[in-house]
Amino acid sequence: MYAQMIKTAGTGVKSPEEMTEEERRFQARVDANEKIEPKDWMPEDYRKTLIRQIGQHAHSEIVGQLPEGNWITRAPTLERKAILLAKVQDEAGHGLYLYCAAETLGVSRDELTEQLLSGKMKYSSIFNYPTLTWADMGAVGWLVDGAAIMNQVPLQRTSFGPYSRAMIRICKEESFHQRQGYDIMMKMAQGTPAQKKMAQDALNRFWYPSLMMFGPSDKDSVHSAQSMAWKIKMNTNDELRQKFVDQTVPQADYLGLTVPDDHLTWNEERGHYDFSEPDWSEFYDVLKGNGPCNVDRLTARREAWAEGQWVRDAMLAHARKKAATKVAAE
Amino acid sequence: MKNEWPLWEVFIRGQHGMSHRHVGSLHAPDAEMAIKNARDVYTRRNEGVSIWVVEARHIAASSPSDKGPLYEPSESKVYRHPTFFDIPEDVGAM
Amino acid sequence: MTRDQALFEFLCRMGDNTLILGHRVSEWCGHAPVLEEDIALANTALDLIGQTQLWLGLAGEVEGEGRDADKLAFHRDAWDFRNLLLVEMPNGDFGRTLMRQFLFDAWHTILLGRLMTSSEPRVAEIAEKASKEAAYHLERSADTVVSLGDGTEESHARMQAALDYLWPYVGEMFVADAVDQAMAEEGIAPDPASLRPEYDALLGRVLKEATLIIPDSHFAHKGGRDGRMHSEHLGHLLTQMQWLQRAYPDARW
Repeated sequence: MYAQMIKTAGTGVKSPEEMTEEERRFQARVDANEKIEPKDWMPEDYRKTLIRQIGQHAHSEIVGQLPEGNWITRAPTLERKAILLAKVQDEAGHGLYLYCAAETLGVSRDELTEQLLSGKMKYSSIFNYPTLTWADMGAVGWLVDGAAIMNQVPLQRTSFGPYSRAMIRICKEESFHQRQGYDIMMKMAQGTPAQKKMAQDALNRFWYPSLMMFGPSDKDSVHSAQSMAWKIKMNTNDELRQKFVDQTVPQADYLGLTVPDDHLTWNEERGHYDFSEPDWSEFYDVLKGNGPCNVDRLTARREAWAEGQWVRDAMLAHARKKAATKVAAE
Repeated sequence: MKNEWPLWEVFIRGQHGMSHRHVGSLHAPDAEMAIKNARDVYTRRNEGVSIWVVEARHIAASSPSDKGPLYEPSESKVYRHPTFFDIPEDVGAM
Repeated sequence: MTRDQALFEFLCRMGDNTLILGHRVSEWCGHAPVLEEDIALANTALDLIGQTQLWLGLAGEVEGEGRDADKLAFHRDAWDFRNLLLVEMPNGDFGRTLMRQFLFDAWHTILLGRLMTSSEPRVAEIAEKASKEAAYHLERSADTVVSLGDGTEESHARMQAALDYLWPYVGEMFVADAVDQAMAEEGIAPDPASLRPEYDALLGRVLKEATLIIPDSHFAHKGGRDGRMHSEHLGHLLTQMQWLQRAYPDARW
């Protein structure tokens, strides 16, 4: 899940009696699964929350390029290099689609970027973990993209039209991401003892951070209830986390790898796996900026933005000159 | 931010002779670069054979409150849809 | 030198150019000035990696010693590489990267155009595919060089500096040796020198529009495409690129 701990604006779900006429009509449209489009009337809190959520999602895609980009120049074969590069490029594309969706709500991409770089807006905690071996490219695709897809598939039905359309495109393109990750894991898990060790190590390091991607339990949260009523959040964090564990454990078994959780057991009665919670104090540390890579990730983005300023300025300056010459000629 | 590249809406016609379809947006300093960027951003999977771009601010759009008057009248004209007509199966495909 | 030996050398030159340049361009992924450029650069790198697979794949086939494209890419040392010095130069800023790309694309498109009529059908076939990609690369890099050259005072200065820095690496593209003579005699590839007039015309046109001045010097660093003396940069690039294959030679990826 690329959007975590989004603070829902407003005071929680209102009863129909508490709503204004406009709000009632709006909620009725959402309830009827109609899409809300940028020019439609919408509650200010809905707009604000969406900007936060789509913006954070977009930032996560862009910062998410970095941990995998870390291995592009070290990919072990030409084909692996091409696949990884295509995947990281897709993430840039997904960031772009999402920024555009946010822009329909009246905020510019540059404004959102400034907020990311100043630390005012966050990105997913997962990208503050390092990628240390080639097996991490497998683990990121398999676990991180796997967790993201859990959230993104239902978001295709979200109430805000541009967000929904961006998610549809993203889900379509992402279908290969998780598979390529698992494909790397299979090769590693079936490879030499050193490769197998890398695979297990990658699973050990990425398991709990992946569970954290869904955010802490929010089943009793009023904010969450409002976002769900607006259909910009489709499931609770716990639902998605459980679904992820249920889906992933058999995949780890198939690889012959061990999920690093001594309490992991199949609960026949619930029809789900019981599993250990991640260390939430670590999660809050990462959010506060104390993850292993927070500083490096933000520094990389700041440098790219600052060093690109002259390029952006120059290309616009040239375009303006060209337009002026054209007008003069006409 | 005044130095932000303008926003462009991108329309792409796919392989099979369909009309140009809105696929998304992007930023570019001018129309020429917008087309190139659209090629790089929106045809990575062999999606298109023709690209249109138009600066977002030049798009005139109907207002949502006109939805009723603009679109509902066509809802009653069911005879415009082929399923309105019952053709006997013996006639074959039509 | 037999025909196949010369052909092998020639194919390594083609494949090593795209391999090393593709690698350099891929270093930008996630760090470009704007998302649209990030995506565009990745497309260029992807095309170049794809071309590498074709050229080095064919090189291995011609050599006939069981080496495939990966073996050639990841298990040769610097002196066996046959790429132009130009493509191994570090990226520098975005302007220098795009200037290097333009100087290469201009040559690459002209060369690929000629190779489409190669007497060796396997070469012609790869050239046919690659030339479409290269034509787009050139369109994009030329446009960007013009924009940045003409854009602002700062961008103009940066682009002129990039051109001045890279210019001494241009001449190597046009110097012929025994391999080139053999290729030209067989009708497999053109004499490199024959590409120069078209190249100069193209460069003159684009750089003029970019308001940049071509340095008044014909000095050329050489040693890349014959492997005699690469720059120090190549070794570092290979250290990174080949590390996994070298560290775990018995692994399959």
